Amino acid sequence: MNDDILVGGHISRQFDQELDEIRSRVLKMGGLVEAQLDKTLDALRSGDSSGITDVEKLDRKVNKLEMQIDEECTQILAKRQPAAGDLRMIIATTKSVRDLERIGDEAERVAHMVRHVLDNGAAPKSYSGLLALGEEVKELLHDTLNTYARMETRSAVKNMRKDQDVDDEYARVLMHLIEFMKTDPDHIAGALDVMWAARSLERIGDHCINICENVIYLVEGEDVRHTKLSRIKKQLS
Amino acid sequence: MAENSKQTMNDTYETTGIPLLKDSKLSVRNVDVFYGDKQAIFDVNLDIGKNQVISMIGPSGCGKSTFLRCLNRMNDTIDICNVTGEIKLEDQNIYDRSIDVVELRARVGMVFQKPNPFPKSIYENVAYGARIHGLTDNKLELDELVESSLKRCGLWKEVKERLLEPATGLSGGQQQRLCIARAIAVNPEVILMDEPCSALDPIATATVEELIHELSQNFTICIVTHSMQQAARVSQRTAYFHLGKLIEVNDTSVVFTNPKHQLTEEYITGRIG
Ligand SMILES: Nc1ncnc2c1ncn2[C@@H]1O[C@H](COP(=O)(O)OP(=O)(O)O)[C@@H](O)[C@H]1O
Ligand SMILES: [Mg+2]
Repeated sequence: MNDDILVGGHISRQFDQELDEIRSRVLKMGGLVEAQLDKTLDALRSGDSSGITDVEKLDRKVNKLEMQIDEECTQILAKRQPAAGDLRMIIATTKSVRDLERIGDEAERVAHMVRHVLDNGAAPKSYSGLLALGEEVKELLHDTLNTYARMETRSAVKNMRKDQDVDDEYARVLMHLIEFMKTDPDHIAGALDVMWAARSLERIGDHCINICENVIYLVEGEDVRHTKLSRIKKQLS
Repeated sequence: MAENSKQTMNDTYETTGIPLLKDSKLSVRNVDVFYGDKQAIFDVNLDIGKNQVISMIGPSGCGKSTFLRCLNRMNDTIDICNVTGEIKLEDQNIYDRSIDVVELRARVGMVFQKPNPFPKSIYENVAYGARIHGLTDNKLELDELVESSLKRCGLWKEVKERLLEPATGLSGGQQQRLCIARAIAVNPEVILMDEPCSALDPIATATVEELIHELSQNFTICIVTHSMQQAARVSQRTAYFHLGKLIEVNDTSVVFTNPKHQLTEEYITGRIG
């Protein structure tokens, strides 16, 4: 699908501008939540928790952007009564913005856990699996933001497949943690922290998939929520 | 490519969506319309369902009115206009020689863009059709017909005290509802409306739209509108015309959320006017 039909080409150039503005704000918001996750993983990797206050600061910016974009979408609905692709664009945007905001929240939750674990001097061994999971989710988030920026259904489907890898990795981390807790009952509290963090990372993956589904809806007009991947592929071909 | 896609008079094309139905009140096949040697409608195929509202949308000059006027042979009144193809009302070809056009227009009534009441009383406006179509001449029956027609159009309460006053004294919205009352007084099967609200304010428009919705219980309604929002509000099906071709016909809900033809999308989203 070409760019023009998504935001440009209206007789009303002002409408084009409004849509374009919303789109760049969503992309900016995506960049911020990506930075939240990056900084969190950096702290985990380096054992230095000083970057985590940045994650909190970013979260406030993300929240603000969510409200701003929602307001702009509301204005467009009220003033322009968009239809067809424009309508889907607005619907998909308000939904995606919500997912982005949640991703920010989950990243912040992981960040707090990381700080907690690091401050208590936990052994890196217990969270090496978490880092691997984090890297996978980070890649998925990055790809999802690209999918959104380019409005590509093909990469949206690819990301959905990748989320299944994330789910598998999450299951591995859990198994590993359960084993760890059995053999080392003294560190159950720390292990539970890691477990919650893993859960948050897995949730980020789910939000990425919501965004990918929104992109498919926006571009194709197909609602692919609660649909098996194999079926989605058939539906889109 | 550019050369191939250029449109010519005998260019064939297929209408996107669902133009044909299993059950239809009106069925239009291979209809072309010419004004002199200029073709205005190209090979239109369309079924119109019974007791449904279908709206015709498209840029100005795309042939909406021309098409609508085919459905009750209103184009016959334009000398240079020539219609070919087949249009069936139930099982009868309305262009058949045996068809009495006056009778046809009683079965397929029309409401125009500008409210056009006759310069007569409110009462006479509604009673007129019944008289000329020989429905009744009986005063009591006429009274009843006038009352029920005005009631169905939600106008009775507003005008019952002034039935003998000139219709031209009514507001624009009232006049348009009066014209609709006049159209339904002869008990047609189909009502054609050509931009019936374009001369009305938003409140009067809402009243007429509500009326269209109610009438669709008993009548088949084809409405031409330049307001996409109106098409979205009042019709079950929407037909999109472009340069005389019927580009897409689909359920209104599809056309306004996910039209299947690029030209429909561009028009609906305000990219072509
Ligand atoms: N009486 C007429 N004589 C000649 N050409 C006409 C006449 N009425 C309409 N046309 C032409 O036919 C085409 C379709 O017009 P019309 O059906 O009025 O379009 P719309 O209702 O979609 O605006 C236009 O090019 C218009 O100029
Ligand atoms: Mg017209």
